[in-house]
Amino acid sequence: MIYFDNVSKLYNDGRSAALMEVTFQVAPKEFVSIVGHSGAGKTTLLKMIIAEDKPTEGQVFFESLDIHKIPRTKLPHYRRKIGTVFQDFKLLPNKTAYENIAFAMEANGRTDDEIAENVPQALELVDLADKGFNFPNELSGGEKQRVAIARAIVNQPDIIVADEPTGNLDPIATYEVVNILRKINDLGTTVIMTTHNKGVIDELGRRVITMDEGRIVRDDATGKYVL
Amino acid sequence: MFTAIRRITRAGFVGFWRNAYVSLASIFVLMVVLFVIGATMFIDQLLVTSLNQLQSKVDINVYFVPNASVEEIEAIRDAVKALPDVANVTYTSREDALAKFREKYGNNEITMQALNELDDNPLGANLAIQAKELSQYESISGFLEEKQLATAQNPIIENVNYARNKEAIDTLNSIMETVERSSSIITIVLIIAAILITFNTIRLAIYTAREEISIMRLVGASNMFIRGPFLLQGIMYGFAAGVLSLLIWYPIMIWLGPRTEAFFEFNLFTYFVSDFSHIFALIVGTGVILGFVSSILAIARYLRV
Repeated sequence: MIYFDNVSKLYNDGRSAALMEVTFQVAPKEFVSIVGHSGAGKTTLLKMIIAEDKPTEGQVFFESLDIHKIPRTKLPHYRRKIGTVFQDFKLLPNKTAYENIAFAMEANGRTDDEIAENVPQALELVDLADKGFNFPNELSGGEKQRVAIARAIVNQPDIIVADEPTGNLDPIATYEVVNILRKINDLGTTVIMTTHNKGVIDELGRRVITMDEGRIVRDDATGKYVL
Repeated sequence: MFTAIRRITRAGFVGFWRNAYVSLASIFVLMVVLFVIGATMFIDQLLVTSLNQLQSKVDINVYFVPNASVEEIEAIRDAVKALPDVANVTYTSREDALAKFREKYGNNEITMQALNELDDNPLGANLAIQAKELSQYESISGFLEEKQLATAQNPIIENVNYARNKEAIDTLNSIMETVERSSSIITIVLIIAAILITFNTIRLAIYTAREEISIMRLVGASNMFIRGPFLLQGIMYGFAAGVLSLLIWYPIMIWLGPRTEAFFEFNLFTYFVSDFSHIFALIVGTGVILGFVSSILAIARYLRV
């Protein structure tokens, strides 16, 4: 469902590269982890998928759609098909947990009834049913990330893109977040996640793409963290 | 569509409330800006009315010879009235002139005796002419002088007092021009400053929200859905600031009213109260437009990418 065709991202007229001739594809319902050192190009790769960054060469497809040929006015529609989770959570600080999740649905043009039904369900799924009326600064890191995941899944996206979702979390919170992501994947949503965390990769036992200096150096179906 | 508008409106109000410090700071700055705009407006009003009052006291008079016939006088009066520059012509007949004279010098016995010695009314009729603009007196007087020359064999017009008043009229005219020009320059400068200050204030308010804007975009919110609440907040800042600045003006006006009355013969407080709907629309409207336009400009840069 995601297809990278010979994608390169070059800076300074080609003297430095964030991505070099990257080609791979992600099938529906897969759980793909992307690992690599800092600066290996993991985040750039994810930015290509959510159309936040453009490749210098090559194309990125979402199903049959060339992501970087989507006109600017249509980008919001495209982004609603993708749930995003970030290392720094990116919650709206002036909205409660409930409102943060509801905002994604409002932006999507969902009805009030749907919002009233789905937001509590999403909170339930990430085990935060009792924290709906707390503001982000009243939540722990793990709780914030779970709110962010609830926001990402509430519109039932085709794919979840998670950039270092456990990067700021302690081991227990990491375990919870990964479990939730696995649960979401089991329910049929594709997940693409970048991580540094060896424990997470080894425990997941799913597909692992290893990157180094902008290139894909390994792609294992049930990979281990090898660097 | 309706749902989107309702959600944007609610988000605008909630954002206004939850960002209370930023909102208050923006409103305060805008309030000062609108207060200054109000001040220029009132000073301008004060100058214009007092100068207009001065202007309305200026006229030129045509004195006719006592034996000029009523028809001849009326012919001149109608000709003068027909001039496009003339605002008002007041005709004083010989009898009225005499009555006025008696009224004015009624307690001066010698003058009265002298007057009573005469068989006939020694006074001629006269016309008091007011022009629409000070600068037009010259041409009106020229027209009258031509009339005077044309009837030189059988004079009807005894004299026109423009020459005597010319210096005063010219001085007043140049004062008015200077005042009008400098007050419009000051107004323009202040309005440009107001726009820049407002724009920067609102840009700072939105700058604090730039992270939020990028998050909204990532969640897939359309530009209008992101922009809407900020535009609404800009309008609310302008509205609140406008109302507050008028609230500040009110006690100042109460204090200024009798003082301006004494000095300029123009009561600012009366003007403030009687023209309140007009002033309200102007100040609050300026605030709302400034807030709205600044928000549009300020948010535009965060919606790119």
